[in-house]
Amino acid sequence: MIDERFDAIVVGAGPSGNAAAYVMAKEGLKVLQIERGEYSGSKNVQGAILYADALERIMPDFRDDAPLERHVVEQRIWTMDDRSHTGVHYRSDDFNEEKPNRYTILRAQFDKWFSRRVQQAGAIVLCETTVTELVKDGQDRVIGVRTDRTGGAIFADVVILAEGVNGLVGQRSGLRPEVAPESVALAVKEMHFLPRETIEARFNLSGNEGVVIEAMGTITKGMAGTGFLYTNEESISVGIGCIVADFAEGEVTPYALLDAFKNHPSIRPLLAGSEIKEYAAHLIPEGGYKAMPQLVGDGWIVVGDAGQFVNAVHREGSNLAMTTGRVAAETVAWLKRRREPLDAVCLAEYTRRLADSFVMKDLKKYRGIPALLHHNKRTFFGLYPQLISKAAQTWLRVDGVDKVSKEKAILRSFREGRSLFGMIGDALKLARAWR
Amino acid sequence: MHIVVCIKQVPDSAQIRVHPVTNTIMRQGVPTIINPYDLFALEEALRLRDRHGGAVTVLTMGPPTAEQALRKALTFGADRAVLLTDRYFAGSDTLATSYALSMALGRIAADFGAPEIIFTGKQTIDGDTAQVGPGIAKRLRYNQLTYVSSIVDVAADRGRITVERRAEGGTQTLDTALPVLITMLEATNEMRRGTLDNALRAARQEILTWNAADVGIADLLKCGLRGSPTIVKKVFAPTARAEKAEIVTAEGGPAALAEATIAGIFARAPAVEADLYAFARQA
Repeated sequence: MIDERFDAIVVGAGPSGNAAAYVMAKEGLKVLQIERGEYSGSKNVQGAILYADALERIMPDFRDDAPLERHVVEQRIWTMDDRSHTGVHYRSDDFNEEKPNRYTILRAQFDKWFSRRVQQAGAIVLCETTVTELVKDGQDRVIGVRTDRTGGAIFADVVILAEGVNGLVGQRSGLRPEVAPESVALAVKEMHFLPRETIEARFNLSGNEGVVIEAMGTITKGMAGTGFLYTNEESISVGIGCIVADFAEGEVTPYALLDAFKNHPSIRPLLAGSEIKEYAAHLIPEGGYKAMPQLVGDGWIVVGDAGQFVNAVHREGSNLAMTTGRVAAETVAWLKRRREPLDAVCLAEYTRRLADSFVMKDLKKYRGIPALLHHNKRTFFGLYPQLISKAAQTWLRVDGVDKVSKEKAILRSFREGRSLFGMIGDALKLARAWR
Repeated sequence: MHIVVCIKQVPDSAQIRVHPVTNTIMRQGVPTIINPYDLFALEEALRLRDRHGGAVTVLTMGPPTAEQALRKALTFGADRAVLLTDRYFAGSDTLATSYALSMALGRIAADFGAPEIIFTGKQTIDGDTAQVGPGIAKRLRYNQLTYVSSIVDVAADRGRITVERRAEGGTQTLDTALPVLITMLEATNEMRRGTLDNALRAARQEILTWNAADVGIADLLKCGLRGSPTIVKKVFAPTARAEKAEIVTAEGGPAALAEATIAGIFARAPAVEADLYAFARQA
């Protein structure tokens, strides 16, 4: 047994855990952070886009030394069929600002940097150490953790569970059930090396400008999911992800899906001549508001992916992770200052603060989306993208057919594909879920 | 008993990549590890301490980031850690390195008592010279036992040590007087997992950080690039093999698959087909 007692133990050193540990250490609390990987970032995988705002609220000066790749000046949203893409692009020079809003990052480097900042703030970081279970007292209150190293338990007033999507510690300790396969996506990605100049020429960029492509359509073979392509400084991240339950039903493997995506005529030229540097896979909690587990209890708080804090519609996750980590830390520090007990009743302040923030407001807004997409995946990820592609081609091809006939043909293809009632129903369902 | 283990932080050679455009080694982002051979030395030192009492000091020379390697050694259970770091040490070959380390060992001896045993790994995976250990022994006038595969007995009271040493054609059993420098062979033991206590201590313990002046080095010409007669004339990446692996698929069972594979090979290398037929005719 370790005699020493900590104010807080943070389980995990991803964005949510690092945010929590950093903020609490800065508040003067005695913090121990435990990470199973060799270093923070060694096990962490993301696309990855960094949304600056969430980090800026924790560390206003992060741009001074954080390893950032490119700031995003252009977003492309594509719907794809097997041979084409129809896109909405938004590019603005306004994104070339003094403090850019979004960056592409490489998580291994970024997390290492963040962890260094956590240590400088005064937290103790134990790596290569796995928390095996929570230690509870006679009244079922969490009072510490046990690890895979010999030497017994370590005690703290509160345990912040920032353990990521699988959340094995919380599960094993009976705080929440296993994540349902409908509530989690499996994403695979590759990093492709390309010289800086090639990337800049290919994507029409200069300096540290970057482009983000998010894509949906037949690329997911009728499953609910999306593909992406991000420009880094000297590499391109390309990946695709679908709901695990869909993978389980179908016969397509994740890597075959990624291979097909990379070979799509709209993607292949963007990757031409590149060299694969790294391959990674990760689970993303996408069940949203309705899949959320219990977030606080006596002596424990859940932050980040472990709490299903991902906005799948807007591809936001790490910012929710950092925000929940920060809010949890601020709540703990606030309660400590007021000498309040860190029990379920007092820690509920965390959920109240989240409810007032964009985190819960956004997740609540989209609470109906995961189920809607799951039940209508073939329509939304297969049929509509095909109809849109066909319509665009009919409209643009000049072949002696008059425009009125073309419009009729487009309408007919939609009606035959989905029927008028079907389309009205989809629109209503989508509108209701979006509201 | 006081034991010092000299370790080196090296790039994880399994993860080193060559820049596809400039053909230089990409050091950035390559994870560093404790030289794997040094871990056998460290574990052996920890076992001796556990058995005979005393303390294990780990010593490394390197950039400030080598602190990571020392903290890892503390996690395993070393008692104290010393980082020898100075920009004057940059570019040291084995001669300059063994000089600087022997000076640091002198300071360690003065501050914490003269070590009865100094351990190093057999060699490092980045330099591969196996010269630094013997260099230190020579400078400190320690007996040296290289390529040691096991420590049979340490009789601290009589000041003797018995070890087994791998030699060409067999194993030697050697007995000598302490103090001694041992370079440890690989696969002689298995590194323990540090306890929670040691992990917590390692995260916080002060690392003694010394520069050239701290260890009494007055003549900087003996250090770093200037003190190194070895010159690396050229570094180059071997050209990558151009052949690509291919997965052959065919309908109709193993025979069809074999035929398709052979046809594929012949199509790509017609000379092979001709040679094969010529060989068959001869036979």
